[in-house]
Amino acid sequence: MKAIWILSAWAVAAGAAASAADRIDFARQLQPVLKQACQHCHGEKAQMGGLRLDAKQAAFRGGHSGPAIVPGRAEASPLYQRVAGLGDQARMPMGSKPLPAEQIALIRDWINQGAEWPEGQSARNVEIKKHWAFIPPRRPALPEVRRLTWVRTPVDRFILARLEREGLAPSAEADRVTLLRRLSLDLTGLPPTPAEVDAFVRDRTPKAFEKQVERLLASPHYGERWARHWLDAARYADSDGFEKDKSRQVWFYRDWVIRAFNRDLPYDRFIIEQLAGDLLPQASQEQIVATGFLRNSMINEEGGIDPEQFRMEAMFDRMDAIGKSVLGITIQCAQCHNHKYDPLLQEDYYRMFAFLNNAHEANVAVYTPEEQARRADLFRQVRELEAGLQHRTPDWAERMARWEDRVRDDQPAWTVIRPSVDDISTGGQRYFQLEDGSFLAQGYAPTKHRAKFTTQTTLKKVTAVRLELLNDPNLPLGGPGRSIRGTGALTEFEVEAAPANAPDKTVPVKIARATADVSPPERPLEAIFFDKSDKKRLVGPIEFAIDGKEETAWTHDTGPVRRNLPRKAVFVFEQPVEFAEGAVLHIYLSQKHGGWNSDDNQNHNLGRMRLSVTDAPDPVADPLPARVREILGVPREQRTPAQTQAVFAYWRTTVPEWSAVNRRIDELWATHPEGSSQLVLAERDRMRETHLLLRGDFLKPGKVVAGGVPGFLHPMPPGAEPNRLGFARWLVDRNSATTARSLVNRVWQQYFGVGLVASSEDLGSQADPPSHPELLDWLAVEFMDAGWSLKHLHRLIVTSATYRQSSKVTPELYERDPQNRLLARAPRLRVEAEIVRDITLAASGLLEPTVGGPSVYPPAPDFLFQPPASYGPKNWYEEKGANRYRRALYTFRFRSVPYPMLQIFDAPNGDMSCVRRVRSNTPLQALTSLNEPLFLETARALALRTLREGGASDAARLTYAFRRCVARHPTAEETAELLGLLERQTRRYQEDARQPWDLAADDPARPPALPPGVTPAQAAGWTAVARVLLNLDETITRE
Amino acid sequence: MNREPHPSLHRHYREITRRWFFEQCGVGLGGIALGHLLQQAGFAAPVAPANPLAPKPPHHAPKAKRVVFLFMAGAPSHLELFDYKPQLAKFDGTLPPADLLKGYRAAFINPNSKLLGPKYKFVRAPNGTLISELLPHTATILDDIAVVKSMVTDAFNHAPGQLLMNTGSQQFGRPSMGAWVTYGLGSESQDLPAFVVFSSGKKGPSGGNSCWGSGFLPTVYQGVQFRGSGEPVLYLSNPRGVDDEVQRDSLASLRKLNQMRLDAVGDPEIATRINSFEMAFRMQATAPEVMDISKESQATLDMYGAEPGKPSFANNCLLARRLLEKGVRFIQLYHEAWDQHGNLVKDLKKNCEDTDRASAALVKDLKQRGLLDDTLVIWGGEFGRTPMVQGGDDGRDHHPNAFTMWLAGGGIKPGLVLGESDELGFNVVKDKVHVHDLHATLLHLLGFEHTRLTYRFQGRDFRLTDVHGEVVSSLLA
Repeated sequence: MKAIWILSAWAVAAGAAASAADRIDFARQLQPVLKQACQHCHGEKAQMGGLRLDAKQAAFRGGHSGPAIVPGRAEASPLYQRVAGLGDQARMPMGSKPLPAEQIALIRDWINQGAEWPEGQSARNVEIKKHWAFIPPRRPALPEVRRLTWVRTPVDRFILARLEREGLAPSAEADRVTLLRRLSLDLTGLPPTPAEVDAFVRDRTPKAFEKQVERLLASPHYGERWARHWLDAARYADSDGFEKDKSRQVWFYRDWVIRAFNRDLPYDRFIIEQLAGDLLPQASQEQIVATGFLRNSMINEEGGIDPEQFRMEAMFDRMDAIGKSVLGITIQCAQCHNHKYDPLLQEDYYRMFAFLNNAHEANVAVYTPEEQARRADLFRQVRELEAGLQHRTPDWAERMARWEDRVRDDQPAWTVIRPSVDDISTGGQRYFQLEDGSFLAQGYAPTKHRAKFTTQTTLKKVTAVRLELLNDPNLPLGGPGRSIRGTGALTEFEVEAAPANAPDKTVPVKIARATADVSPPERPLEAIFFDKSDKKRLVGPIEFAIDGKEETAWTHDTGPVRRNLPRKAVFVFEQPVEFAEGAVLHIYLSQKHGGWNSDDNQNHNLGRMRLSVTDAPDPVADPLPARVREILGVPREQRTPAQTQAVFAYWRTTVPEWSAVNRRIDELWATHPEGSSQLVLAERDRMRETHLLLRGDFLKPGKVVAGGVPGFLHPMPPGAEPNRLGFARWLVDRNSATTARSLVNRVWQQYFGVGLVASSEDLGSQADPPSHPELLDWLAVEFMDAGWSLKHLHRLIVTSATYRQSSKVTPELYERDPQNRLLARAPRLRVEAEIVRDITLAASGLLEPTVGGPSVYPPAPDFLFQPPASYGPKNWYEEKGANRYRRALYTFRFRSVPYPMLQIFDAPNGDMSCVRRVRSNTPLQALTSLNEPLFLETARALALRTLREGGASDAARLTYAFRRCVARHPTAEETAELLGLLERQTRRYQEDARQPWDLAADDPARPPALPPGVTPAQAAGWTAVARVLLNLDETITRE
Repeated sequence: MNREPHPSLHRHYREITRRWFFEQCGVGLGGIALGHLLQQAGFAAPVAPANPLAPKPPHHAPKAKRVVFLFMAGAPSHLELFDYKPQLAKFDGTLPPADLLKGYRAAFINPNSKLLGPKYKFVRAPNGTLISELLPHTATILDDIAVVKSMVTDAFNHAPGQLLMNTGSQQFGRPSMGAWVTYGLGSESQDLPAFVVFSSGKKGPSGGNSCWGSGFLPTVYQGVQFRGSGEPVLYLSNPRGVDDEVQRDSLASLRKLNQMRLDAVGDPEIATRINSFEMAFRMQATAPEVMDISKESQATLDMYGAEPGKPSFANNCLLARRLLEKGVRFIQLYHEAWDQHGNLVKDLKKNCEDTDRASAALVKDLKQRGLLDDTLVIWGGEFGRTPMVQGGDDGRDHHPNAFTMWLAGGGIKPGLVLGESDELGFNVVKDKVHVHDLHATLLHLLGFEHTRLTYRFQGRDFRLTDVHGEVVSSLLA
């Protein structure tokens, strides 16, 4: 090594003008450097980036990103660039110190001298094999097996073939009780009732098991159970994450997933709708809601953030979610650099990114089916009333035309101003100026601020200012405000002026009059904006914005739908502002009608607004809605019927003799349902440019890239749209190598604890090798051939002999296959967090089985939602009614304060996509199932139910309670143990002065009624027994 | 995941595992990554499953065996507390040099805002070092701590900054340092969690639970939140109506029933469940006792400024010491109060009153008990504050380019002052220490080579320091 160092140092000293005399000897000088510095990752063992530097041909062919060596041109050779740290790619050797300068110079000079690599100086020609998962699956032949009688579905052939190869035999079939409990938990996440167990045990027909499979697949709870896995992958949560972690409404998306599973929506359509449902022709509300998948990213509205930075974070999160949940490939690495192991280039990443990068972060109103029916009815009635007016007024069209001619040009000229915003005045909210001169408020939303806008106008005279409130897809419900209803309130509108040539001589400008196209009567401010002050805060007409009072504000909120229309107000100065050189105007939009907590959804700010000035005398706010004004610009004969109707709908309000009908229509509008909201995507009209981001840094945009897919995967299907929809179709194309494999692997993982590929989030070249590669491919192809039907896939698996084996394990078998990858037995698995809760709720009889709806708030310790446990105070409205006992799937999920019971049993918190949960077994779980209030409530309920329905003897009651928890009958030994506990504890409560209702009643002051002859002490004893039953390992285990 | 072989079924394998650990994981670890070893031992293993919290030796002999991180969340002003800048005072009210601001992004302010001189005086500590008049107690431990005035970070918003400081990444989803350490070292305690978190101050940290999360590591490694008052751990106490007798009797039955099932089906996971319930029961007895500071002497309470029954940072410091003594490995005390965009003068004073005495007391107390030698204490926030003013004249914005932290004990060179920022406290000019370097150093002191404490996820080996981090050797004793 020392000799090399001297030689290469000498080469450096000799400079770039290499002569024949200092020609580099490949074998003696360069090869040792390559070997020592590069071949660990680019050699026989590993070929990161597809590159090998231990064999001549492979080295010259290069890696995924092209040739590494350009003979004669070191500066153009990635090999030199990367070791020298040139360009924007990570410096090599990755993760170690840069090479010594002499070695870098050696590489440079060797390339510059022609990169001579003598034949025979390295390994033979080597192949870089394409990784199996990147080759589309083909249906393999079913393997031959000896014990064909064991086989029930093709799945078994693959499992058995491997077992036979290993010299192992499958386990016996599990008993029927175990089997039905297993099947029920797997398909619905709920245990079977004893009656269901009995019915199955009694059913001696040949297809008894298959009947149970169909019954359970048809249950609405099937969708709940399987939705939960997808929701992990979709990183579903009910809050924004980050510091504020405000609650959000996204449960329509959650319910969409449940319904999609229940109606067996084919998986390809399932993916297409979630990625691009909004782009489908005549997209339904459901299809738009489905795009909530991409919107499950976190949102940072911490003060002082750059919203674009966190939009980018959300984009990266979406890419990661698609990679893990749909593609089954880790693509995150390529955010910053070419993938080290898989042939995924950084550019590939940003080309896929480009497809997603053209959407608004929209939040739209959504309605339940019942609300939709009410809406349809309302619209029908309005149409009928309007048609009645038209019917009774045959010349309505002429009259409307005359009105139109009168108002078409009745507006003065307004000049849009483009003021600057005083950063300090915004309270941390960002005002982004858009091309049309309007401002979009983003980022942190203070509940009280007074924004200052300053402009210099060239108008010699300014008589009035107009404030337009505009819609924007990125505002709640489209705005125009930022409140959760898309509303804003203007507390005060104030102006100051100074001559342009003496800007310090600022004087207040008195506003004489204000008009607006909406000016509702005075009313108290809504409770959601309560600021804990004792002020009597009001909202109402436009005059409230110029009355000098902090308590009053102008509102544009006139009820659902109509509150989300664009509006305008005009403020006329008492004296025109007149300066020969023009004026400096300071305009203040005081917005102080938000609530007390800026960390919650309590802002009441304007969302998008535009300011204009005029010199016209005494202008008023245009009463025509913006849309109607726009239609008037269209020649009458070219208007669509809808446009004509829109003009009519406004015009009729101006006709005095129609006031009764107008009033009736207003009353109808007042009955419009409030609806809910849902975060969705909405495609932008104008393409956003996508740059490759150097090192993934949004402040370092590299070259512009267009939408595209990685070259090592299948091409875009012919005719696919060059947008998000086309990308979605590509993901679920029949030729996709990983999509179906990834999905069937994860379904397998749910049933057997480990996927056929254990690293289910990554099937790439670093993935664990599949335990049964042919089975994986067979299932993937079968799944696609069966129309991507998940229910078909479930049937294939659960009716197999493999699935139906006993989970009992002998020490010998355990020693042989501790991880149970060979499946000579069924796995025995602690159920997931949500099912732990659901089992206890179901066993106790408390379970409220309603499917869908807003998330609920089961009991949780208050302090968790208050500082200093939580960053900001959070609302947790503990349920008192049936919602307290809903399935855990519906528990409200704050990302920053995960529901403790679910977190302790390993539920992910939605920070990022999760396709493989860990399964821990900890003392905190024991404390939770012993002591958490809801667990105890279920124990009390189970005890009570047992006393009421479990029979007359303690033995019968015990069997009843035992079966509600684990389905099977207790053994004699178990019965003896539990009756012993019952007897001891009942006696204590009888003999001691202790109050049995303390243990047995949720509220000891109001104990429940007991069956005749049953004492409170017995209720206490049974509560202790029920608590033990609910804590059994077996109760929360799927055997 | 958390499997411990049960004696009746798998004593043999446990013996193998244990022997194997001692033989293979000792000093001569060789080139095999610990993550790999652990995988061999428990996670995806051909060998019998091991308890993931079993104590494990690190790569080399550690200097520190446990860590207390006093996390001053919200980001304290280095300019008022540790980093004395007479030039900043001199140029108070003037604009900063334009070239200083090139490419600089601020959270709230226009970076081109006037400079704000330090709002508090600096005084000479007993050892001659200049320190804020607000930190009279910290001034007395300067000979025991190393002050690093040259910290830099990449983030300038709270949640990303706190995540970076805790997990080495601004994005959510990575394991926290406490989780990494627990993963690498296991737990010393049989009846308390290895990684414990407290929170005091005005609110919880901006990064929420993810600050002490386990990311993609198994959840057994995540931090457990303790409370300084009331029930110390969630669901620790018997619920109403369950007295100790019911609890004991019920757990005895539960154990027998679980044992019967274990005998019937043979799944060692049931043995782990039995052990979990037993540890839970032990924790029910131990934790309240550890958390009861009323048994401390009045002198000790006074030293910390702790008052039993009144939750405070001071109480948490004292509790931290008590937990360390019981084998808890990693403790974080969050005090989220330092975000002085305004009210700098008043709030900074209050925050120092709330934390200075107790922080210093913790170091002194550990020292007098002989624990400081192998306990690493870290004090600091997620970034610093701007030399420029925010708002009128009483606030500072977020500043990632320079800030101060201090470390003590556990192999840290005492009495050291490391690094320098420029004359305005804007950029680091000497001995820059990035958050990744801090992490590398922390792991080094705990006996790890930071590049080798890895966990395989999504087809790659992850580590706390990602692809960065250098051990700050000048900090080492």
